[in-house]
Amino acid sequence: MSLLELDGVKVHFPVKKGVLFDRTVGHVYAVDGVSLSVEAGQTYGLVGESGCGKTTLGRAILRLVDITEGDVVLDGTNLAELPGEEMRGMRRRLQMVFQDPLGSLDPRQNIESILSEGMAAHGIGADREERRTRIREILAKVGLPTGALSRYPHEFSGGQRQRIGIARALVLEPDVIICDEPVSALDVSIQAQVINLLEELQEQMGLTYVVIAHDLAVVRHISDVIGVMYLGGLVEEGPSDTLYAEPLHPYTKALMSAVPIPDPAVEDTRERILLTGDLPSPSKPPTGCRFHTRCPWKQDTLCATERPELKDAGNGHKVACHYAAEIAAGTVRQTVPGAVRPPEAETAPAEVPAPAKPADDGRTADPGGRAGRAAEPGKTAEPGGTAGTGGTGGKSAESAESAETAQGGGTAGTGTTPEAGGTPEAGDAVQADEAADADEATDAGEAPKTGEAPKTGEAAETVEAAEAAESAVTKD
Amino acid sequence: MSTKTEKIDRLAELTAQTETSSGSSLWVEAFRRLRASKMAVIGACIIAAFVVIAVIGPWIAPHSPIAQTWRGDVLPNQNVFVGPRGGNWLGLDHLGRDEFSRMLEGARQTLLVGVVSTALGFAVGAAVGVAAGAASTLGGRAGRRFDSVVMRFIDMMLAIPSLLLAVSVAAVLGQSLTTVMIAVGVVQIPIFARLLRGSMLAQGGSEYVLASRALGVRKRRIVLGHIVPNSLSPVIVQATLSLATAIIEAAALSYLGLGNPDASVPEWGVMLAQAQSYFDAAPSLAVYPAVAIIITALGFTLLGEAMREALDPKLRG
Repeated sequence: MSLLELDGVKVHFPVKKGVLFDRTVGHVYAVDGVSLSVEAGQTYGLVGESGCGKTTLGRAILRLVDITEGDVVLDGTNLAELPGEEMRGMRRRLQMVFQDPLGSLDPRQNIESILSEGMAAHGIGADREERRTRIREILAKVGLPTGALSRYPHEFSGGQRQRIGIARALVLEPDVIICDEPVSALDVSIQAQVINLLEELQEQMGLTYVVIAHDLAVVRHISDVIGVMYLGGLVEEGPSDTLYAEPLHPYTKALMSAVPIPDPAVEDTRERILLTGDLPSPSKPPTGCRFHTRCPWKQDTLCATERPELKDAGNGHKVACHYAAEIAAGTVRQTVPGAVRPPEAETAPAEVPAPAKPADDGRTADPGGRAGRAAEPGKTAEPGGTAGTGGTGGKSAESAESAETAQGGGTAGTGTTPEAGGTPEAGDAVQADEAADADEATDAGEAPKTGEAPKTGEAAETVEAAEAAESAVTKD
Repeated sequence: MSTKTEKIDRLAELTAQTETSSGSSLWVEAFRRLRASKMAVIGACIIAAFVVIAVIGPWIAPHSPIAQTWRGDVLPNQNVFVGPRGGNWLGLDHLGRDEFSRMLEGARQTLLVGVVSTALGFAVGAAVGVAAGAASTLGGRAGRRFDSVVMRFIDMMLAIPSLLLAVSVAAVLGQSLTTVMIAVGVVQIPIFARLLRGSMLAQGGSEYVLASRALGVRKRRIVLGHIVPNSLSPVIVQATLSLATAIIEAAALSYLGLGNPDASVPEWGVMLAQAQSYFDAAPSLAVYPAVAIIITALGFTLLGEAMREALDPKLRG
């Protein structure tokens, strides 16, 4: 039994007209039959483009919008049927972190008041002093100074405000936290901090997350299971690695192909699926498969007439496509010519500014991009600073992952003695692969003793050089 | 590695300690901005002077404002009036009363009418607005219907020209000072109600209200603790501006003869109305109350405008 289960959840907003007596003239099918389950301690990521209903679904779980049909079961209790006051009580176990850190905090409340409000509403803590003790603990957990208590939201930075939002959810000790675009309003460097904080808290407190986001890198980094939404329905669901490695649904394929790869060589040769047309209006969803109006693999039968169900395609990887297996096997051809663009057809890729040196191997290329992102997560922020300046601006699928490697890499970097490093170029290669400390590596390279790393010329680095430098590091 | 984290932590602790630990709320900041505004200072000075005169005026008045001490000096029928002179700084009115003392006494009456009627309009309007706004934002379908009915009624009130409405109210209730206050107050009700409701609806859709609901805060607390305080600033500005309008409208009602039946009690509007008959011979009798009304209204308007700017969240810097 999963901690949180959604069964056929539908949220339809009536469209009304009329002066005195409202007449319902139609519905907006914001969420139209979503079933999913979230295991305790896991993170479920919901992705999809704007307007696909992911935020509405998140709010429906907390019953912040009315659920038209379906069940939301938290730990055996069906929230969809709870009367108001009982639902209010249940909100203690189900909290939310909002997208807009400033907008979600009452500008006229100070932090203490914001954080104690939830406790007061649920009768937690006997008196002010007890609540305050607890607030202090939470503040420490989310990394805010205790001096923040008497301050107001507008006096904090974006990242701090989001920490306040997280703290507000945490004081109630919820089981599940719905994070609705928790980092999309933040600077990229702050995003990494907040995401790392969310992960740390999950480890410490055993939290379960539902993370709603449109940033594929963020979702991939944080989620165990990912659901892809399109026009109010789930089209694909699976463990995050599987789903990213081999997306089955044409829509997911298109989404994934839109993620720029921070490597000019790969970026130039990779396949891109360009969807034509706009997202159809959720008030008039297409018949049959919701995606068939834009699907490059659309077939004459079934697609326009029958809505595909979410079916297991093996290993917990579920997909809602009549022809998923055939597309994967290559037995079904694309029906929309030109939707999948061969790389040659495209002019220079605009997303990725070329890093300084071309490389022959995709993995070792792009010294700036990954190392640059690696520099961001809070605690090991300083190392890698200079390498970061050459980084790419785009949010890469790799970038969030590199946040993790950065910490390991950073430690390795500081552990490196000058003797152990390679040439400056070799140092770069190490960064690329290990996301190591750029400053130290460069210093190491410039030190008189160059260690075992082979002295290579000005030319682009080889994988061997990187490996040699790496082995030098590990030896030490 | 660990030393670096420790360093950062220590730095964070230090800043936490050195920074002043008390933040400043939006009201405090708005007040700070208000004080820096010239417009606000001028407006506040005018209002302060007005209030001081209204409070202590009757005590410092050199003569009785009612007693027709110099009845014989003035012959209105023959266009004989007495202008400013030694004992009477602003001259005498048409019944031989000291104009200066009457002006001082009139300030009190005018302030009373302005404040009481605006307070009345504010109180009733705000109550209606809060009820409608709360019902609409959190009351579900029935709430929205209630809001709809109430607001249509308010719209009807708003459709009637304000002076006409005041005249009707005054006519129905009969002539008295209270009537004037009620009439002017009633005119203000729809303005406050609409303004507060609209502001509440805007706040009701904001994310922090959603956040409070998600937190499990009770509806009443959401409305009274979050939505209303955040909706108040435009209403407070309106109240300041309304004070100016109220004074003018009260004057207009008095002028139309719907004011205080005891015509001997000086009130600027009444004085203006009475001076009308002798405008050719003694224009100054009309000019004094008129200028006083204008300056007072200007004071409230200046302060109101400055408050609007100070409370505007977009200008928060």
